[in-house]
Amino acid sequence: MSDPAPKLVKLTKKDFESDQDVRWCPGCGDYAILATVQRSLAQMGVKRETTVFVSGIGCSSRFPYYMNTYGFHSIHGRAPAVATGLKLARPDLDVWVITGDGDGLSIGGNHLLHALRRNSDLKIILFNNQIYGLTKGQYSPTSKLGTRSGSTPAGSIDHPVNPLQFALGAGATFVARCTDTDAKGLGAILQRAYQHKGGVLIEILQNCPVFNDGIWDPVKEDPSGKQMPLVDGKPLTFAGGTMGIRLSPDLRPEIVKVGDDGVKEEQLLVHNERGSSGYAYLLAGMTHPEFPVPVGILHVEDKPTYGQMAHQQIADARAKQGEGQLDKLLLSGMTWEVGPDGTRH
Amino acid sequence: MSKTQELDRVVIRFAGDSGDGMQLTGTEFTKAAAEAGNDISTFPDFPAEIRAPAGSLFGVSGFQLHFSSGEIYTPGDAPDVLVVMNPAALKTNLKDLVDGGVLIANSGAFIESNLKKAGYTSNPLEDGSLSKYRVHAVDISHLTVTALDGSALSTKEKGRSKNFFALGLVFWMYGRDPETEVRRIITQFQKRPELGEANVKVFKAGYHYGETAEVFQTVYKVPPAKFAPGMYRNITGNEALAMGLIAGAHLAGKTVFYAGYPITPASTILHSLAKFKNYGVMTLQAEDEIAAMGAALGAAYGGALAVTASSGPGIALKQEGIGLGVMTELPVVIVNVQRGGPSTGLPTKTEQSDLFQAIYGRNGEAPVPVIAAKSPGDSFYAAIEAVKVAIQHMVPVFLLSDGYIANGSEPWPLPDVSKLPRFDVQHRTDPEGYFVYQRNQETLAREWVVPGTPGLEHRIGGIEKDFLTGNISYEPANHERQVHVRAEKVERVARSLGELDLRGETSGDVLLIGWGGTFGSLRQATEELRSQGKRVSHAHLRWLSPLEPGLEKIIGNFRHVMVAELNTGQLRTILRAKFLIDIKGLNKVQGQPFKVREVVNALEPLCESKATSTAATTTAAAAPAQA
Repeated sequence: MSDPAPKLVKLTKKDFESDQDVRWCPGCGDYAILATVQRSLAQMGVKRETTVFVSGIGCSSRFPYYMNTYGFHSIHGRAPAVATGLKLARPDLDVWVITGDGDGLSIGGNHLLHALRRNSDLKIILFNNQIYGLTKGQYSPTSKLGTRSGSTPAGSIDHPVNPLQFALGAGATFVARCTDTDAKGLGAILQRAYQHKGGVLIEILQNCPVFNDGIWDPVKEDPSGKQMPLVDGKPLTFAGGTMGIRLSPDLRPEIVKVGDDGVKEEQLLVHNERGSSGYAYLLAGMTHPEFPVPVGILHVEDKPTYGQMAHQQIADARAKQGEGQLDKLLLSGMTWEVGPDGTRH
Repeated sequence: MSKTQELDRVVIRFAGDSGDGMQLTGTEFTKAAAEAGNDISTFPDFPAEIRAPAGSLFGVSGFQLHFSSGEIYTPGDAPDVLVVMNPAALKTNLKDLVDGGVLIANSGAFIESNLKKAGYTSNPLEDGSLSKYRVHAVDISHLTVTALDGSALSTKEKGRSKNFFALGLVFWMYGRDPETEVRRIITQFQKRPELGEANVKVFKAGYHYGETAEVFQTVYKVPPAKFAPGMYRNITGNEALAMGLIAGAHLAGKTVFYAGYPITPASTILHSLAKFKNYGVMTLQAEDEIAAMGAALGAAYGGALAVTASSGPGIALKQEGIGLGVMTELPVVIVNVQRGGPSTGLPTKTEQSDLFQAIYGRNGEAPVPVIAAKSPGDSFYAAIEAVKVAIQHMVPVFLLSDGYIANGSEPWPLPDVSKLPRFDVQHRTDPEGYFVYQRNQETLAREWVVPGTPGLEHRIGGIEKDFLTGNISYEPANHERQVHVRAEKVERVARSLGELDLRGETSGDVLLIGWGGTFGSLRQATEELRSQGKRVSHAHLRWLSPLEPGLEKIIGNFRHVMVAELNTGQLRTILRAKFLIDIKGLNKVQGQPFKVREVVNALEPLCESKATSTAATTTAAAAPAQA
């Protein structure tokens, strides 16, 4: 007997909303991200029951409670580890990780590094607001040098980490960046990330209206000049195509004017998602205010995932040795038999 | 012509530099004893350094084997035979050799520089200081190189074979079959046949030396022990534990997901499991201990039989994650192969000082069931039981082992696996009336619903949960209720526990209580005293949390209660608080197991005194050795 054809129910954004009250501060960038993720998952046609959101600790990490999917709100910094175990045990699931700049790059930096290095098939979204929100506004590992906060009244004196350069250095196979309120841009990235097999790191430039308000405004409010949307196969241009990026003889990005009174478009760098990791690193290093901030997909490459290889090893062992039998397990060393007379035979 | 003398039991110890191959020599001689049908018990005792500087006192590595024609529980208190490969090995081990014992010394290593490193001002093989022992000085170094005359190996490589000379010699002394060993050496060195060939030559040279040298006039024979009929194998604690995890998962209808980070003495569990991929075992060498715990929790949420293992310092790192497992009520087995602490402590030495860490080591009220394996072979059953309780009560379970039983080995009667009771997991799939934290009224476990199940989407996490819905709740009364229900859930484990492991009557002069890897010493000491008519009983606890109900029924029936443990009194403190009885302690924290003699000496006065003992409540097992 065959099952009747499954009834296809088109899910909507609402189907991905849980019954829990959302408890972020009014005006928090997380609201926009949540809405975009819910809408995008519905549009992608994913199943709620095979989708899991795993998070650590921090404002962003409350995210799973608001998704009507499976979810695991774990402990500070450990979400990539929890997600690694889940995805390895259950390769059939889509596992998303929600983390922040403190959770992912400070206390959980080691786990993020290794999840990406292994190319675990995890979609990691890092909300970067350059501040610790939940603990009331201490500077974070992405805060700019000199950030004044409760813990650094005279200004922070440690150099910030660049999340995308970190991800590239760790060997991430899908690296992208977007702003929290850019629903269209984020939706497109989520779609591509969902299709990618391997370690994804998406940095979302997210506003914290309470402790670090407006930190990304220069990037967001002047998209003509301070943001550079990346389009695969197209030259790196910004400010309505009037400006572009050229590679200087000493291999640095260089801002040039494009057009009759500037350089020709052929002289500009052309964006290649599957370019070298060195190129992607160069892109990731272009930060405000010196450069327009590249948004979109910086880098994609195909590599076998950790899960694929781990399950392959199990399949190979089963093919070679046969499915393990419990009685044979115990006989896997030197054995001997003792007869009814109590002595060895 | 040598004569043959029959012995009931022999304790032999091999000692040399950590690079001398003493662990291999010991292991090979153990196999021969097992093959000859003796009961065996082993105690490998090695330094934390992989290759400590040659000739140094701290670099001495030892392997003790007790083989017998009768049942034995321990690797023996003191060696009857001591094989030393250099002066440092003599210096550090001689104090243990019984008076009149046999000492075989590699005289070739007793050169001035080595004597100096070991702190000898004169050569003990020549100055008469060893007159109370039967000394056989054999230039093993030289004889090894001579045996390999004409070999293409370098002098250094030739020298490395000398442990096989020692092995050959003791094979001859105890009448073991050299041919079996020759075959084993060839198989072991398949990838480097030239080394295999050299080792065989040296092994044979050692054997023939025993035969032809006039000095060894006696061949000793230890007749086979009587065993219950059945199939046997030689097994170490960590091997048995790994197999128990696989068996437990199998009985639950699951496969093992194991995440671990390398640490002595737990690493061999990971090595063992990684070999059994055809049993569906997934192993992850995580980036750190915390990640291993996190990955285990993630896998448990996904429905796998999740396990992580470590030793004391690594367990400390996992504790926050274990707390998350308590809060989210997920089944995970956490193995702690205990070693000497605190901090890095004594990485290769045994101790039982992590009991408090297992029971109390988390923030908040975070109780978990704690079970301890008592012997290498028992680790198999303890692992199955830990798996079963974790699944049936939806709770992280601590499984305690220690360096002594993890590395020690014994002949193990193989169970009939078809008779092991199954405890298959049923995951709920019915969305009707589901609440994330609704509980089984008997076990108080919540249901194990796994992602992928339509209509049962839910979120779990470390924030306090509503008693029924599992939604975040900061409600004061709800928190208190949840704290109590998590504790009660662990207490309910006691309802399904087996009989208390009790040797002796339920009342008498002394109740000796122990737990974990000290079982062999405590049981043997008890047997010795009982055979003298002493009214001693021994209760060996399998579960430390909750306690087995059988203990409460008898603990008040004895004039004296003594807890013997390799810490400063952790179980004793717990039992005193619980039962309000003035329990005495026998404690030892030297990184070494109890000797049977130490236990007997501590119990004897209690058997004789008439409840008016003025002895201090805590007895040190032995004075620490003076340097």
